[in-house]
Amino acid sequence: MNRFAGTLTLTRFALRRDRVLLPVWIVIFPLLTVSSASATVALYPDEASRIIAASAINDVPVAIAMYGRIWDPTSLGALSLLKLAAMGGVMIGILAIMLVTRHARAEEEKGRTELIGSAVVGRWAGLSAAVIVTCTAMVAIGALSAVGLTAVGLPAAGSWAFGLAWATTGMAFAAIAAITNQLTVSARAANAMAMIILAVAYLLRAVGDISSDESSPSVLSWFSPIGWGQQVRPYAGDRFAVLFLPLVFTAVALWAAFLLESRRDLGGGLLPDRAGRGTAAPSLASPLALAWRLQYPMLVGWLAAYVILSGIVGSIVNDLSGMLDTPEARRMVAALGGTDVMLDAFTAMEFAMIAFVTAAYGIVAARRLATEESDGHAEPVLATSVSRTSYLVSHLLVALVGTALLALAQGASFGLATAAQTGSMDRVGATVAASLSYLPAIWLMTGLVILLFGFVPRLTFLAWVLLVGFFLVAEIGALLEWPQWVMDTSPFAHMPKLPAAEMAWTPLVVLTILSAALMAVGAWRFRQRDLDTP
Amino acid sequence: MSAAIETVDLVKTFGHTKALDGLSLTVKEGEVHGFLGPNGAGKTTTLRCLLGLLRADSGSATVLGRDTWRDAVELHRHLAYVPGDVSLWPNLTGGEVIDLLGRLRGGLNGQRRAELIEIFDLDPTKKSRAYSKGNKQKVALIAALASDVELLLLDEPTAGLDPLMESMFRTLILEWRGEGRSVLLSSHILSEAEALSDRLSIIREGRIVETGTLEQMRHLRRTSVTAHLRATPVGIDALTGVHEVVVEGTHLTCQVDAEALDGLLPLLSTFGIEAIVTQPPSLEQLFLQHYGQAST
Repeated sequence: MNRFAGTLTLTRFALRRDRVLLPVWIVIFPLLTVSSASATVALYPDEASRIIAASAINDVPVAIAMYGRIWDPTSLGALSLLKLAAMGGVMIGILAIMLVTRHARAEEEKGRTELIGSAVVGRWAGLSAAVIVTCTAMVAIGALSAVGLTAVGLPAAGSWAFGLAWATTGMAFAAIAAITNQLTVSARAANAMAMIILAVAYLLRAVGDISSDESSPSVLSWFSPIGWGQQVRPYAGDRFAVLFLPLVFTAVALWAAFLLESRRDLGGGLLPDRAGRGTAAPSLASPLALAWRLQYPMLVGWLAAYVILSGIVGSIVNDLSGMLDTPEARRMVAALGGTDVMLDAFTAMEFAMIAFVTAAYGIVAARRLATEESDGHAEPVLATSVSRTSYLVSHLLVALVGTALLALAQGASFGLATAAQTGSMDRVGATVAASLSYLPAIWLMTGLVILLFGFVPRLTFLAWVLLVGFFLVAEIGALLEWPQWVMDTSPFAHMPKLPAAEMAWTPLVVLTILSAALMAVGAWRFRQRDLDTP
Repeated sequence: MSAAIETVDLVKTFGHTKALDGLSLTVKEGEVHGFLGPNGAGKTTTLRCLLGLLRADSGSATVLGRDTWRDAVELHRHLAYVPGDVSLWPNLTGGEVIDLLGRLRGGLNGQRRAELIEIFDLDPTKKSRAYSKGNKQKVALIAALASDVELLLLDEPTAGLDPLMESMFRTLILEWRGEGRSVLLSSHILSEAEALSDRLSIIREGRIVETGTLEQMRHLRRTSVTAHLRATPVGIDALTGVHEVVVEGTHLTCQVDAEALDGLLPLLSTFGIEAIVTQPPSLEQLFLQHYGQAST
């Protein structure tokens, strides 16, 4: 039998399953690009203002580490899409990874591939369909972005260079996910492994870009799919030839993935599943212990990433004070949302952004309640003498304590790394206080999940939609001059912006009470309702 | 004997579907009660109502003298449940799941646990994701049977077990009953229910349509009679309570109401009986009668 037989049918089936989600993503990415570009176009009307803004980035290692270098300071396009080249590359990489895993390993883990595999379907059809759907989405996002960018008045060649760079970056990560999907048995682990590679790719280009000179980055950036996207240099040379790197990489990685696919059993992974313990640890005797057992591996991974990344940012933030002391740089940082003192402004800016990531962890951890229920894992637990309340509180506590630990790790690691550079522990307290001060807003998102879970567990994903909305408010709301009441809807907007601004207790107390109320209502409702069993 | 399970007029609707439509079920203490019905009749919904996982719209349900919804937590200390579709945490080993569920219920008999693992031939060190359907079921069964509880609720517990394990299961359930404990056994495997149950209830479209011992159920049904006679029988179909009479030469088959046997046998003896076989209705026939299909 042809190993690709049935690919077309499975592709159509995958598109049918994603008929809502996929178009949403395909529209959101170009929309984000176009709106952010059109806002910047208005900000920098002449070349002189662009050169000043570009040098404010190019002179600051932290900014280069986060976003990359602006290769042509006169280019409007290069300036306006700076954030979306690196950060957007990460986001599109995440999307590609999730899409491939959703249609390949997740299907297999749930046993649906087995059902399909018994029909006239080739061994490679499932993975092919996943890759085809993902790559098509990537190309659609790239093309729509290019058309949109041209429409707002940026040069067509640069716009296509940007769109294709995005598309090929996404394809490269789709291919990476295709490989990790062969290695692990669980979809969760396949995703995690690919995400780690994504993080390494981002860091590689960060280090490579910092050590770059005016004309070329260090060799490290050339080892990163995100670096490749940036080295296409949209609007600053438009080096289309660089696109061959991700394309060749994608082809080779996919070939490897298919080779691995033929070497393993259905449902199996190439990495062996080790035997575990025959009896449970004595501590595994409560719903909380179970929630912790299920969730700690993910929390440990997040904590490690937080300590490392915050440490890196914290250690280079010290360079900032010297290099940023120019009027232009001050204005740039102020425009990015900071205030007075440079160091504090940068810290406040970075912490405000990380707060969204911490909130994302809280949502993932609390949503575990919903997935446990829909996977049928809640049923046997609630059939023992565990009350609804203590069951709900178990996962809620993991979310609350987990987010607090992450905030603590972020602030402490950031502060200590700075202290190691300056030799003074002065700022550690301030950075810890700053990261912890976002907890009320973060917990409000957790509370939202609990509220939704109490009423309709299938709708807990709405917390994600709101988080993305609040993130957009914070990141581009000011640029696009959204009305104040829109900006005020975000709980994150009401946080005191430590350490740049004064501490304000009122919003913290109000949001804490509000999130406690959401959790209480959600828990009350969960006690009343039917368990949603598969 | 008091009731281990007692539901009165239980109603449960999901949207427009009436899953339970006035279900009244009584399980006596110390009995194995077979709960029969095809897929979709409401067996699993009943069990989930008994566990307080679903809240009935109306009617009452008490298990071991406690309200299934209000006193769920306390009640669950005294019962163990094996779901029909066992879904385990893929990262936990079978041994961990057994211990966890046992402890959450309030304790596990360690020696019993070891025996059961031996009997069922389960490798408790394997991660749950590596288990087959049958092995997952064994994990849930061991967790339930190793608990020191008064009542077992089993939802098609042997669907994934091989015949050897199934017969082990039967022995264990009979042992369990021998200790004076109760079992509600939901099943659509009639031979299993027939072999294990003291009493049976048949559920159809959310209602109990018949309940009692197999003997009682049979008593109300027609017995099938096959006879070889010396002469060709005549006038059999004229008797009241005798149905489906087929005469081929001296060979007769018919279905006879229980109270009509008295009239039939003397008549048959007038033709001279060479051989006669009477067969009570099988559970399958009883069951199929309720589902409006021809008995075979």
